[in-house]
Amino acid sequence: MVKALDPHAAIVTEAGGLDQGGSLTTADGEPLARALVRSSRRARRRALLLVLPLLLFIVVTFINPIGQMLHRSVFNDGFSANMPELTVWFKEHPRGTQPDEAAWQALANDLQAAAQVRTIGVVGTRMNYEMAGTRSLFTSAGRKVRDGLQPPYREAMLEIDSKWGDPALWSAMRNVSSAYTTSFYLAALDLKRDENGDIVRVAPEQRVYVMLFIRTFVLSAIITAMTFLLGFPIAHLLATLPLRKSNLLMILVLLPFWTSLLVRTSAWIVLLQQQGVINDILVWLGLIGNGQRLQMIYNQTGTIVAMTHVLLPFMVLPLYSVMRTINPSYARAARSLGATSWTTFRRIYFPLTLPGLGAGALLVFILSVGYYITPALVGGSSGQLISNMIAMHMTQSLNWSMAAALSALLLAAVLILYWVYDRLVGIDNLKLG
Amino acid sequence: MAVPTYASPLEKIWHYAYLVICAAIFFFLIAPIIIMIPLSFNAEPYFTFTEKMLSFDPEGYSMRWYNALLTFGMAAPDAPRDSSWWMDAWQNAKWIKAAKSSVIIGIFSTLVATVLGTVAALGLARAEMPYRRLIMATLISPMIVPVIITATGLFFFYSNPCGPLQLVGYEGPCGKLAQTYLGVILAHATLGIPFVIITVTASLIGFDQSLSRAAASLGAKPTTTFFKIILPLILPGVISGALFAFVTSFDEVVAVLLIGGPDQQTIPRQMWNGIREQISPAILAIATLLVIFSIALLTVVELLRRRSERLRGVTPR
Repeated sequence: MVKALDPHAAIVTEAGGLDQGGSLTTADGEPLARALVRSSRRARRRALLLVLPLLLFIVVTFINPIGQMLHRSVFNDGFSANMPELTVWFKEHPRGTQPDEAAWQALANDLQAAAQVRTIGVVGTRMNYEMAGTRSLFTSAGRKVRDGLQPPYREAMLEIDSKWGDPALWSAMRNVSSAYTTSFYLAALDLKRDENGDIVRVAPEQRVYVMLFIRTFVLSAIITAMTFLLGFPIAHLLATLPLRKSNLLMILVLLPFWTSLLVRTSAWIVLLQQQGVINDILVWLGLIGNGQRLQMIYNQTGTIVAMTHVLLPFMVLPLYSVMRTINPSYARAARSLGATSWTTFRRIYFPLTLPGLGAGALLVFILSVGYYITPALVGGSSGQLISNMIAMHMTQSLNWSMAAALSALLLAAVLILYWVYDRLVGIDNLKLG
Repeated sequence: MAVPTYASPLEKIWHYAYLVICAAIFFFLIAPIIIMIPLSFNAEPYFTFTEKMLSFDPEGYSMRWYNALLTFGMAAPDAPRDSSWWMDAWQNAKWIKAAKSSVIIGIFSTLVATVLGTVAALGLARAEMPYRRLIMATLISPMIVPVIITATGLFFFYSNPCGPLQLVGYEGPCGKLAQTYLGVILAHATLGIPFVIITVTASLIGFDQSLSRAAASLGAKPTTTFFKIILPLILPGVISGALFAFVTSFDEVVAVLLIGGPDQQTIPRQMWNGIREQISPAILAIATLLVIFSIALLTVVELLRRRSERLRGVTPR
C-alpha cells in the first residue's frame, strides 16, 4: 500500500491564513480542521464509489445466493404448507398430547386436500427425510382418502394402514410441521429428535455424515502434508538457483497450474488405471505379476495422489516467494559458528520459511476441504469428500435442504480457516504465479 | 546452486541426492501432463503404450482420436470432406459446439470480471479506502468458498431470481437465469473476480501515485488520467487478471453442471460427461489440445510478468 499524502491537505496549508481565533484557515476563511475532515470524507467517498459496483455485484451474485442457501438449510415448508389443519393442531397442542379425534380429522382433511391438488408427494418426501420409509404411506393414503372418509376418522385411518397409529410417526409429523427447522442440521451431524423431542444419535448404520466430515479433514491434512513434503525441496531449489535458471524451472510448476483441472485428473486416470501406464511399467519391470496389478485409482489413493498433484503449485508458490527473501548469509553465519548443516537447517533456515509454509499449508487445506471434481472422478466410493455428498443431494436425491445444511457446515469450517489465514498471512499477500 | 567448499563428503552426497529428489518431484509434476500427448495418437483404444508405439512403428500412431473428436455428433461424418462437410462439423460436431459455448461464456464473464474488478482495485489501492480489509476479504471469498457451495447457492437464487425483490414488495415480471447463458456468465464472472482483484491490486502496489497527481495538476480529467496514465502502466496486471478469469471460466464445471442447461454444454462439461460415462482416448486428444492452449496462455502471462518487471525497474539477477 502506498500511503499518499492528501493533495487537498497540502494545498490548504499553503493557501491558508489565521482567523480571529488563532486557528489555521483555508483561503476562503473556513477553519482548516473542518476543511480537512470534509476533504478526507470526499476522498473516502470517491474510493468507496469505485468499489461499489463490484461490491453490489458480489452481494447479488454471491452473498445473496449463500444467504438463500442458509435460509433453505433451516426452512422447508413441504409439510406445513400442504397440511395446514394438522399444522394448526400441532401448534395448539403441546408435545406429548395423544392425537384426539380432531387431530385425526385434520389429518384426513389435509391428506384429502393434498391428494386433490397433487401435493401429497411433496408432503411424503418431506416426511421421508424425517422418518425413512414414510413416503409411500402418504402417497397410498392419499389415493384412498381422495373421495373423503367417514368418521370416526381414527378408525378409518387405521383401517387404511395400521402404521398411522405409530407414536413415532406422529412425533415425526410434529417435527416437520414447523417450516423452520433445525432437523437438517441435526441430520448433518448424524443426530435426530426422538419421540420425546430429545436429541439423540441416529442408529449406527445410518451414521454417514460425521464420518464423511472426519474423512474430508483427514484426507485434506494428508494432502497438505504431501504437498509440503514435495513442495518444500523444489521451492528451496527454485529459491536458491540464479533467477534465470529458476524462471525456467518455474515453468514446470506453472504449467500444471495453468492446465485444466479435468485434463490433470484424466491424466491420473490414464496413469493409475489397472491397464494404465504405471501398472504396465511395474509388470514390465517384473515387480508385480500380471494378475496382481495394483488398484491405485477409484479409492482414497487416487484422491490423494491426484489432489496432491493438483494442489502442489499452491504450496510451492508462497514457499518460494518467502524463501527468495531469506538471506543466505544467515545460514553461512550459523555454519561458521560451528553448527552442522542439519542444525543450520533446523534452527535457522526452516523457522524463517514458516510464514510461507503457513500460507501454503492453509491455502492447500482450505482448497482441498471443498474439492469436488477430482474426488468425484478418481475417488471411487472410499475417496469421496463432503462436497460430493452435497452434489449428490443436489442432483440425485434432490434433498436440497440437506445439501444446504451440509454446505452451511462446510462453509463455516472454510470461513474459520479463511479468517485464520487472513490473521496469519493477510489476504493482501495472496499471490498468483 | 553449488555445494559450498567447506561441505563434508556426506554433505556432498546429500546434496546430489537432494538434486535427484527435486528432479523426481519435477517429473511427478510434469510427466502426467506430457504423457498424454503421445498417448492421444494411439492407434488402439488403449490408455497405454502399445508395442508398436514403443518401437516407433508409424502404424502404432494415428489421428483417429482427433478425427473422432471432430466428427462426434455430426449429421454425416462419413460424407466426403467438402465445404458442406465442414459446415456440418461447424454446426453439429459436439466438441465444436462445446468450444463455442465455452468461448462465449469465457469472454463475457471475463469482460464483466475485468471491468468491475479493475475499477474496484483502483478504489482498494487508495489509502483513504474505508473498511478496506473487510471489503477485500469479501471480494476474494468466491475463490476461497468451495465452488460447490457457491453453485448450490446460485441454484437456489436462480430458481427464483426475484425472491429477494419480492420480499420488499416487488411484483413485476421476472427474468430467467437458470439454464441460460446469462446465468452461467454471471456465475463465472463471480468466480473470476478474485483473480482480477489480486493481480490488479498487486500491480497497483508498484504504481507511483504521484503520476496521477501530476496528470491532475496538468489539467487531466480523472478518466483521462486513468486511460492515459494509470491503465497503460497496470495493463500487464489487468491482462493477466483477465487471463486468470478466462481460464477459471474455461475450466469451470461444477457451476455449469448445477445451473447450466443443455445449451450451456461447455468443453469441461463435455469432458466431465466423457470421463464419467465411457472414457475413451478421445479425452486424451481434447486434453492435448487444452495443454497446448495452456502453454500458449502461460507464455503470454510470463511475457507480461517480465514486461511489468521491466516497467517497475526490476531486472533479473
